[in-house]
Amino acid sequence: MSTGTETIAAMPESEVPATPAGRVRKRLTSRTASAVSLVIALLWTVPTFGLLVSSLRPEDQIKSNGWWNFFSDPQLTLDNYQEVLFGTTASSGRLAGYFINSLVITIPSVLFPLAFASLAAYALAWTRFRGRDWVYIGIFALQIVPLQMALIPLLQFFTKGVAIDGFQLLPAWDLENEAKFVTVWFAHTCFALPLGIFLLHNFMAELPGELVEAAKVDGASHAKIFRSVVLPLIVPALASFAIFQFLWVWNDLLVALIFAGGPKNAPLTVRLAEMAGTRGNEWQRLTAGAFVSIVVPLIVFLSLQRYFVRGLLAGSVKG
Amino acid sequence: MDFDFTAESPKLMMLLYGVVAFAAVVGLLLLVLDVLPSRKDRWVALGLLFPAGALLTVGLIVPAVRTLILSFMNADSTKFVGFDNFVWMFTDKTSGMLPDFSSDPVSYGVLLSTVMWVLLVPSVSTAIGLVYAVLVDRARLESFAKSLIFMPMAISFVGAGIIWKFIYAYRQEGEDQIGLLNQVVVALGGTPQQWLLDGPWNTLFLIAVLVWIQAGFAMVILSAAIKAIPADIVEAARIDGVTPWQMFWRVTIPSIRPALVVVMVTISIGTLKVFDIVRTMTGGQFGTSVVANEMYNYSFRFDEKGKGAALAVLLFVLVAPIVIYQIRVMRRRRLEGSR
Repeated sequence: MSTGTETIAAMPESEVPATPAGRVRKRLTSRTASAVSLVIALLWTVPTFGLLVSSLRPEDQIKSNGWWNFFSDPQLTLDNYQEVLFGTTASSGRLAGYFINSLVITIPSVLFPLAFASLAAYALAWTRFRGRDWVYIGIFALQIVPLQMALIPLLQFFTKGVAIDGFQLLPAWDLENEAKFVTVWFAHTCFALPLGIFLLHNFMAELPGELVEAAKVDGASHAKIFRSVVLPLIVPALASFAIFQFLWVWNDLLVALIFAGGPKNAPLTVRLAEMAGTRGNEWQRLTAGAFVSIVVPLIVFLSLQRYFVRGLLAGSVKG
Repeated sequence: MDFDFTAESPKLMMLLYGVVAFAAVVGLLLLVLDVLPSRKDRWVALGLLFPAGALLTVGLIVPAVRTLILSFMNADSTKFVGFDNFVWMFTDKTSGMLPDFSSDPVSYGVLLSTVMWVLLVPSVSTAIGLVYAVLVDRARLESFAKSLIFMPMAISFVGAGIIWKFIYAYRQEGEDQIGLLNQVVVALGGTPQQWLLDGPWNTLFLIAVLVWIQAGFAMVILSAAIKAIPADIVEAARIDGVTPWQMFWRVTIPSIRPALVVVMVTISIGTLKVFDIVRTMTGGQFGTSVVANEMYNYSFRFDEKGKGAALAVLLFVLVAPIVIYQIRVMRRRRLEGSR
């Protein structure tokens, strides 16, 4: 638990704060400030911490008293995790399979938009053609189209193809079992592009123009410039978009519900939402299951937080 | 405990195909680029923009237009019904869309609930994020303190829904409480409540979950904005001898106004589409449903495509003005600073 927050806002008296915020804080008694920030920090961490503690307690304990009793009567077990991941009864979570589904859905759904968006962003930043600004603004504007606007027709497109007056223009994507993942990848890739292009373009446009110009004078082709000049320089931007997209896809429920179909392809979020609905009182499974689903994004997030913040500050937000 | 790994192998093969396809596509595009005459930027741009453009057209633009058309059609999209679906949304008393103040408990209806979400989540998250950013600014352990608040951003709405459902868990009076909130209430001498069942307040307890997720985002952006306030402004104010309180309201707040707008706008857009939290925690029952949740229900559960599409269009109409404003600001910036 956080023991570090008490010291927040306790500043040496001699130091003259340079920011207005610092001055405000200094004037507020540091005790009040510490108390307020500590309360906020606790409110923001205790819920998750309670979930973790609960998931490690025996079932009868979870259901009969609060998790805070753990500290007076510590009983640890991994049974809940064993049950929720690998259990074979109908009521267990069987989350191991769903965990793999989440991975299979997420990895390509991050890679594809990353590739297409970086190519398109390069074109918008470093090639000159008429109407470039309009294309850019059009793509940016697409960020406002809510997912909900695209769902019904996209699902029809996958299941029925495109037909006009009974004439089949495009066939239905008759995908079964594992192949159903393709539709999920496709949907996620389309929905990610506006943000991805916008974000990467902003980074690329900030690169010093002389670099690209010099390479052009040397007779390098665009492909070569892209590969050996631009790409190495935008690695941080690629990283932040990749993290964004990873968290987005891994945590997504709506797209998965509609396109992933049944238990064969559904990711963790779909299964968890189902368990919360049908087994609302099976706290030993819900707590362990929820933790299984949040552990990967948490690790990614905490280890790559820098890039994530950088992406946020570049004015990028996905909705 | 016999988990069958062999049953999972086709999925992993699929993953491999996906990664190989990705490598092939990128390689092919770069190859095409090499072949294209680099003198002609137009062709290069076309080659680079084509894949993204095609995907956006098929996956976003065409479907959005189609949804607009569907919203003027009946449930199975066989004939046009004019504005019926939109009229239904704002007039039908039985659909649960409209508030009913005569019922007990008062039901706010889907539309008004959504408005409540959109008013409360951005303002409360931004306020908390701002206060926290100011308090921990330049303190020791600042980055650690920020990580704590920021962490919920990595948690899925479904996961957050379960975490908070557990906080709100209810046990009858006299029994040991397992939910933290009811434990606090009991400890203070109150009676335990069914937080998620009893309207009209239950919506507020769902709203708290999104505030919990979004405050970290607000905090990060505002913290960066506070650090970017030019030192000479601060210095000038100090020479004029303003009190810290005035400094906060007259220097800090005006200086970070653009960031405040960005944060509010972004959180508003996200809030309009809230779906996972409501679905996980209450399934939209007990008067807690919102537009995005009903859109899902009508489109994919009740087979009412017309009404579902109309609700999607409503979301778009609510989001559009905010973003058009943003685009205008962006264009101005881009035209000023364009190469």
